Amino acid sequence: MRLAQHMAIASERVTATAIEATEFPELSQAYRVSEVPKVVINDRVEVEGALPEPQFLEAVLRAAGEPVREG
Amino acid sequence: MSIMTERDRAAVRTEFEKLTGPVKLVVFSQELLAGDLCRQNEALVREVAELSDKIAVEVLNPAIDRERAQPYGVDQVPALVVEGARDYGIRFYGVPLGYEFSNLIDSIVAVSSGEASLMAETKSSLATLAGDVEIKVFSTPT
Repeated sequence: MRLAQHMAIASERVTATAIEATEFPELSQAYRVSEVPKVVINDRVEVEGALPEPQFLEAVLRAAGEPVREG
Repeated sequence: MSIMTERDRAAVRTEFEKLTGPVKLVVFSQELLAGDLCRQNEALVREVAELSDKIAVEVLNPAIDRERAQPYGVDQVPALVVEGARDYGIRFYGVPLGYEFSNLIDSIVAVSSGEASLMAETKSSLATLAGDVEIKVFSTPT
């Protein structure tokens, strides 16, 4: 959540919602949460586990449909 | 009975010395849907807010305070919006304890200044986003 919330501060385009999985079983089921942390971006890109910042950014850009710079 | 220990309180007080601008914690509670969790969430937020005079708390019941609640787009309770000079889109669904507690404190400090701690490269990539990005992070307290 730390990276997501800082991205929300950096860009008006980004929102970050932390969801306590056990308190929202229906949501967790809908997003097939089996391991935490699990990140779902724009309901289409899913990431399990904590990613370093460059890889997290790549997932965000992919979800936004932006070209992802290789390398 | 308080949720935070004296040690938590001391650590958070030290963190809050970094607060520069005002912060508003908007709590979404609806007794009928999740009474215990909503009470716990509200109590925790009030304990946190007591540790700095820069933090204000507003409690909304989405079923009653519809006009105030609606712009936030929050569709679950308990929920919390962490607002600084503007609503940056930071939300916590569920009581932010354990792992999420440190993220809550970190987000309060960050919205207070409006400064994101990210790499320059990340900031420049985000600045060119053409579409909206909605990030959900599922976690458990331990």
